Amino acid sequence: MSPIPSAALSEHIQPAATAPELLRNFCIIAHIDHGKSTLADRMLQQTGVVSDRAMRAQYLDRMDIERERGITIKSQAVRMPWAVEAGGTTTAYALNMIDTPGHVDFTYEVSRSLAACEGAVLLVDAAQGIEAQTLANLYLAMENDLAIIPVLNKIDLPAAQPEKYAEELAGLVGVDPADVLKVSGKTGVGVTELLDRIVERVPAPQGSADAPARAMIFDSVYDTYRGVVTYVRVVDGHLSPREKIVMMSTRAHHELLEIGVISPEPIPTKGLGVGEVGYLITGVKDVRQSKVGDTVTNQSKPASEALAEYHDPRPMVFSGLYPIDGSDYPVLRDALDRLKLNDAALVYEPETSVALGFGFRVGFLGLLHLEIVRERLEREFDLDLISTAPNVVYEVTLEDRSVVTVTNPSEFPGGKIGEVREPVVKATILAPSEFIGAVMELCQSRRGDLLGMDYLSAERVEMRYTLPLAEIVFDFFDQLKSKTRGYASLDYEPAGEAAADLVKVDILLQGEQVDAFSAIVHKDKAYAYGVMMAGKLKELIPRQQFEVPIQAAVGARVIARETVRAMRKDVLAKCYGGDITRKRKLLEKQKEGKKRMKTIGRVDVPQEAFIAALSTESGGKDAKDKSKK
Amino acid sequence: MTPALPDGEPVPDDGALPAWVRQARTAPAGVEERAFGVYLHVPFCTVRCGYCDFNTYTASELGGGASQASYAQTAVQEIALAARVLDDAGVGGRAVSTVFVGGGTPTVLPVADLSLMLAAVRRTWGLAPGAEVTTEANPDSVTPESLERLAAAGFTRVSFGMQSAVTRVLATLERTHDPARVPQVVAWARAAGLDVSLDLIYGTPGETLADWRESVEAALACGVDHVSAYALVVEQGTRMAAQVRRGLLTLPDEDDQAAKYELADDLLASAGLHWYEVSNWSRGPEHASRHNLAYWRGDDWWGVGPGAHSHVGAGDRAVRWWNVKHPRAYADRLAGARSPAAGRELLEPEDVALERVLLGVRLAEGMDLGLLAPGARTAVAGLVADGLLDGVAAVRGRVLLTRRGRLLADAVVRALTD
Repeated sequence: MSPIPSAALSEHIQPAATAPELLRNFCIIAHIDHGKSTLADRMLQQTGVVSDRAMRAQYLDRMDIERERGITIKSQAVRMPWAVEAGGTTTAYALNMIDTPGHVDFTYEVSRSLAACEGAVLLVDAAQGIEAQTLANLYLAMENDLAIIPVLNKIDLPAAQPEKYAEELAGLVGVDPADVLKVSGKTGVGVTELLDRIVERVPAPQGSADAPARAMIFDSVYDTYRGVVTYVRVVDGHLSPREKIVMMSTRAHHELLEIGVISPEPIPTKGLGVGEVGYLITGVKDVRQSKVGDTVTNQSKPASEALAEYHDPRPMVFSGLYPIDGSDYPVLRDALDRLKLNDAALVYEPETSVALGFGFRVGFLGLLHLEIVRERLEREFDLDLISTAPNVVYEVTLEDRSVVTVTNPSEFPGGKIGEVREPVVKATILAPSEFIGAVMELCQSRRGDLLGMDYLSAERVEMRYTLPLAEIVFDFFDQLKSKTRGYASLDYEPAGEAAADLVKVDILLQGEQVDAFSAIVHKDKAYAYGVMMAGKLKELIPRQQFEVPIQAAVGARVIARETVRAMRKDVLAKCYGGDITRKRKLLEKQKEGKKRMKTIGRVDVPQEAFIAALSTESGGKDAKDKSKK
Repeated sequence: MTPALPDGEPVPDDGALPAWVRQARTAPAGVEERAFGVYLHVPFCTVRCGYCDFNTYTASELGGGASQASYAQTAVQEIALAARVLDDAGVGGRAVSTVFVGGGTPTVLPVADLSLMLAAVRRTWGLAPGAEVTTEANPDSVTPESLERLAAAGFTRVSFGMQSAVTRVLATLERTHDPARVPQVVAWARAAGLDVSLDLIYGTPGETLADWRESVEAALACGVDHVSAYALVVEQGTRMAAQVRRGLLTLPDEDDQAAKYELADDLLASAGLHWYEVSNWSRGPEHASRHNLAYWRGDDWWGVGPGAHSHVGAGDRAVRWWNVKHPRAYADRLAGARSPAAGRELLEPEDVALERVLLGVRLAEGMDLGLLAPGARTAVAGLVADGLLDGVAAVRGRVLLTRRGRLLADAVVRALTD
């Protein structure tokens, strides 16, 4: 008997007409490159949802960036039929696979996706073992009372150690190592067993068919042709096409233009019933009108209580984005407006920098979010951008007890300051035990407080720290990787705010403050930052016709100083008959080049110098160099 | 001549100048008189030096076809064409004030060939009274007799490629002559009644400040009245550029070059040789190279030979053209009675104005402040304050570089043409 249900059996699992006991809603929790998308591809093929011929790698990842980077930004839900034989009878089930974002930046979105499921496949690379982010999402899944199905992937790899990691997984989830499934998304080995196991272990959804409709939004994406497409999980009641619905957090009313399921392309249906997962389209144009975590109900018979308290995503990291070509500013503005339609977490406001011109201060959920937004702006809108070093949000209490929120270091108040509070996170770091010392050293240097440490196995240890978020956004992950030869993994979640002894370091060129280089750092690190930045700029700023002092200052106190010596020679020695054309062309080229310079006071600074000085990569490299000295 | 020719527009087969040259030069407002010089390029060397990117060929590089033996005859054909083109444009018939034979190594040709070309110039246009007639020469390729015969043929001046007095530095430059020969050839040239100039190169990889001092002092010890000193520029595509790329040679930094320039300027000045252009020093204005000054002053000149550039100004515009590079292509063009020009550029008033600053600033005579655009005149104050322009000269209406300004002349030009 084929596990793909026959036409007769499929009658029982039609959308809007499937008994909850025939539904299974699950997600896959996995680290970034542990093969989640490849496994999902294989499931689509084995359930017959996608033919072998139509298959393309990572079918569900819509955006180019996702496919190239192998990560999933936007979750989707795919409905797959699956027949299971038990006790002589074959029953067809509808499986809804809810694809969750795998990264810590999107924790809130992950938690909403998990809330739409009854079970989770815990997918771990059989050659690498569990990573910190996976662990974090596993905690979330367990808190949501999901049934966990531990699975080792990539067992076809020569480096796979399935026995070792089966034991680790079993220990974590509390099952027998023999219960850990071993699959290969690449070859398809074990995928049938996994689908059977999902039907067997994941509980059927429960809900009241007669109660007022309540559906939770777990994703919301903007489509150029359809407007916002909202993904929901129906908990109670029933949603039908053409009826009026209400978003419970905003009380906004919309007409349900279309409702359906994805399998794997959208298929309009007669509605969605208890436990079902699908999409709805209301014609709204901005994802902010259809927010992840919100509850959808029926206008004529509204529910009195939302499913969960909704909260807006809060930007944690800010960076200034500036077009390299100042005339691209309107393009950048339009591009951000467009991205916002599809990204409820993106916030921005116009900002002017003396050094960089017109741009935007943009808030992000985290560093990956920043990177993805920047990359999309550059790729989809063909923009060349400078982004300033990422910073966090500070709450500064002045002596008169007024409070200033600082999202841009150059706005840090200059007068008497009572207290500065900065966001802190709880970080979980997994690393082979030989690197405990290196990790502790790094965390201590980043003002971390050790909360606890546990051995996951004889060789792997979990360390928990409280760390200022500001320390993490500045090359922490690069350092962690380099100090542990790439073996450590990191996860963190917001843990409120804490007071800290912070100061603003300004950088001055020839006495002129360069706003783009100001940074808020801990008092003990102001000197190191000043020396590093002044040194870096000394290398990057070309020699001018005059000496250029570079100073780092806290308030009026100069803490570091470098000098770009005056240029001594800038003349082509020879200039005879045949050289004149060449010389004139060279001069014209140099004048073009000067147009790409920003002038600070009298100092010409090439764009490249700003980019290099602000890029976190070179920041990381410099920090490494410094540690060698 | 530069290795790669500029991009330009095509030149008519007969080499005719644009019609506006005739109109501007023969305008009723008054016929314009400009000095006229002739450059004769000799594109041959016995060996090619590692740093050289000039348009020159050794016998083996040429591989037959365009023979060295028939070169002078070919050049004479271009002189005839030049006379026609200039006459047709209404700018012919001027006696030649300066002739400069450059290369390559002109003295690899027999003196008879050099004399033949000079005779053609004289026959075609005539030499102005007191005309300056220079040839470049390699210390290896002259004898007392050859120098005497050059003087007899009408040459008045010889410029030797000395480059350095230090054997090790000469070896890096792949120059073959024995430095001890230089004072000898200078003495022979002077005995033949020729004015002598020595060319020096500073900033060769491995050259110390002491090496450079030795070279400048050796040049001065020869008692010459003119010295040119150039910073070594490693051009792309030369053997030396490849050696630098592979890390076999390390280029000196700009501080080293600046220090050597200043040292040379000090040593030369105390010996009575004063700068009259950024890279040229002479014992008084009468020993300055008038042919080179013509380039910097924007005069007219006709460049004869493969890759040679020419320039004719008219009113506030000018035309500059350049010949095909390869001697064989050059000879073929002339054999077919076609102009050897590969391309030309028409300089609009703003280009001419820019070049006037570009070139005029390099001269010790300075340039008239009035030639600057009004915006640039305000930049002068800043350049005086930075010590790049002479304040006294500026007050008197001249743009004149200070010594620091000479080393930063390109930056000064950028500021003055912004």
